[in-house]
Amino acid sequence: MSEWWTYTLSDFLLFSPRTYYRLFELHNAAWWPVHFVAVVGGVAIVVLARRGGPAAGRAVAATLAVAWAWVAWAFLWQRYATINWAAPWLAAAFVVQAALFGLFAMRPRGLALASGPASLVHTGLAVAACGVLAYPLASIVLGRGIAAAEVFGMTPDPTVLATLGILVLAVPAARWALLPIPLAWCAMTGATLWTMGSPEWWLLPAASVLSIAAASRQRHGA
Amino acid sequence: MPVDHATFDPARRRALLAAGAGAATLALPRLAAGQQPATVQARPIPSTGEAMPVVGLGTWITFNVGNDPVARDTCAEVMRTFFSAGGRMIDSSPMYGSSQPVIGHGLRKLGKPAQLFSAEKVWVGSRARGRAQMEESRRHWDVPRFDLMQVHNLLAWQEHLPILFEMKAAGRIRYVGITTSEGRRHREIEELMRKHPLDFVQLSYNILDREAEERLLPLARERGIAVIANRPFREGALVRALERHPLPSWAAEIDATTWAQVVLKFIVTHPAVTCVIPATTSVVHVRENLDAARGRLPDEAMRKRMVAHVEKL
Repeated sequence: MSEWWTYTLSDFLLFSPRTYYRLFELHNAAWWPVHFVAVVGGVAIVVLARRGGPAAGRAVAATLAVAWAWVAWAFLWQRYATINWAAPWLAAAFVVQAALFGLFAMRPRGLALASGPASLVHTGLAVAACGVLAYPLASIVLGRGIAAAEVFGMTPDPTVLATLGILVLAVPAARWALLPIPLAWCAMTGATLWTMGSPEWWLLPAASVLSIAAASRQRHGA
Repeated sequence: MPVDHATFDPARRRALLAAGAGAATLALPRLAAGQQPATVQARPIPSTGEAMPVVGLGTWITFNVGNDPVARDTCAEVMRTFFSAGGRMIDSSPMYGSSQPVIGHGLRKLGKPAQLFSAEKVWVGSRARGRAQMEESRRHWDVPRFDLMQVHNLLAWQEHLPILFEMKAAGRIRYVGITTSEGRRHREIEELMRKHPLDFVQLSYNILDREAEERLLPLARERGIAVIANRPFREGALVRALERHPLPSWAAEIDATTWAQVVLKFIVTHPAVTCVIPATTSVVHVRENLDAARGRLPDEAMRKRMVAHVEKL
């Protein structure tokens, strides 16, 4: 790209905010009521992460593998790709993440969750719960209506947010292997939302910073 | 690259330009108050004399609506209004997401309007993929051929320009062009304008972004190259900023009722500009844009006054 310094983020935004949020309305209408299954899955990973233990670690990894794979195909590939020619690459990254979770699901201890100090566990669970329970409500609070709600396991942002929370609880080996793609997504979605003037643009970048800080603290404390 | 002088004769282009003056509105008229022409004003394309309405339709961002059936129909209505108001040129690119199939949807819905002037781009790094991309674009639009094919932002122009001239010679496109935006690569654009028999050059030009006035616009006149002005509203930011201020009293002297019309009238009255391509998803706005090509237009003194006023805001 020549004269790269003359480009701004808005030069890479291919769609209007209206078109972007319409995607969620169309996606929700097309897959309703699969959302119930997705939310139950989301609540389950929070509960299982709190309980901890090998079986919970495997179940959480397997659930996240399914969620990431489903978002890759149903949202990024089938829907986002219609307005963003880079979406197939994003879908591929989500499939890689799903495969990584699949690998951890096959390990005897899975993600080996809830192994850190209480404050860390609470932070991770709060972030994960935020992704599963609070994030869909943002659409209502921000005036876009429930029809455009972004739901864990259905769309990327709440899925990534919940994943960050879970990874705070994971053992370091799992965490550092599984964090790069969610962190990259946080940077990208933050930039997209900021360029569109969406007020919640800071949420995922802030969650990623919080997760790294919490995870690093555990590492140093360990 | 060899230059086909049979099709690249600036003197011939100037003669065609003069001949086209009868059919099109060569020098945009300064009409007396109340004398509004029924059709939009047009300028001849220098290389052929073909009349081109001075306001076209861009599709960057606005037509990238994916598979949303409601938004697709809205775009089709924008196109219907555009054609019925006298517009011709619609411009798109493979870079613009779903804009091409959305245009195709609109054209089918409107029964393939005969007045369409289709302007597309090739935007890929290799020669072989360029051919495939242009064919895919044609299928999306569902047209027999494109009127104008441009090299998007000069990407791999060394690969694509020979193919475009070959396609033109074979009658598979009618015009060849190159594009840039936001003032980038003007030196290279200038060199290509001097060395190659281009029909069109597309660049950013508006009341605040006037870098093209220094060299490219005079060169386009000298070489008989049509100019498409893109980003007239800086993706809407310019008009939004201007709309915070009252419309000046002199706007009535050029029959402008909105800031958007002030901006468009300024652009299309530069003597080198053939057409401006504002993008919109609003039927009201597309009508307003086409209305900017009717009525009185600013003369040179008024253009200077417009610049001075806007720069002070």
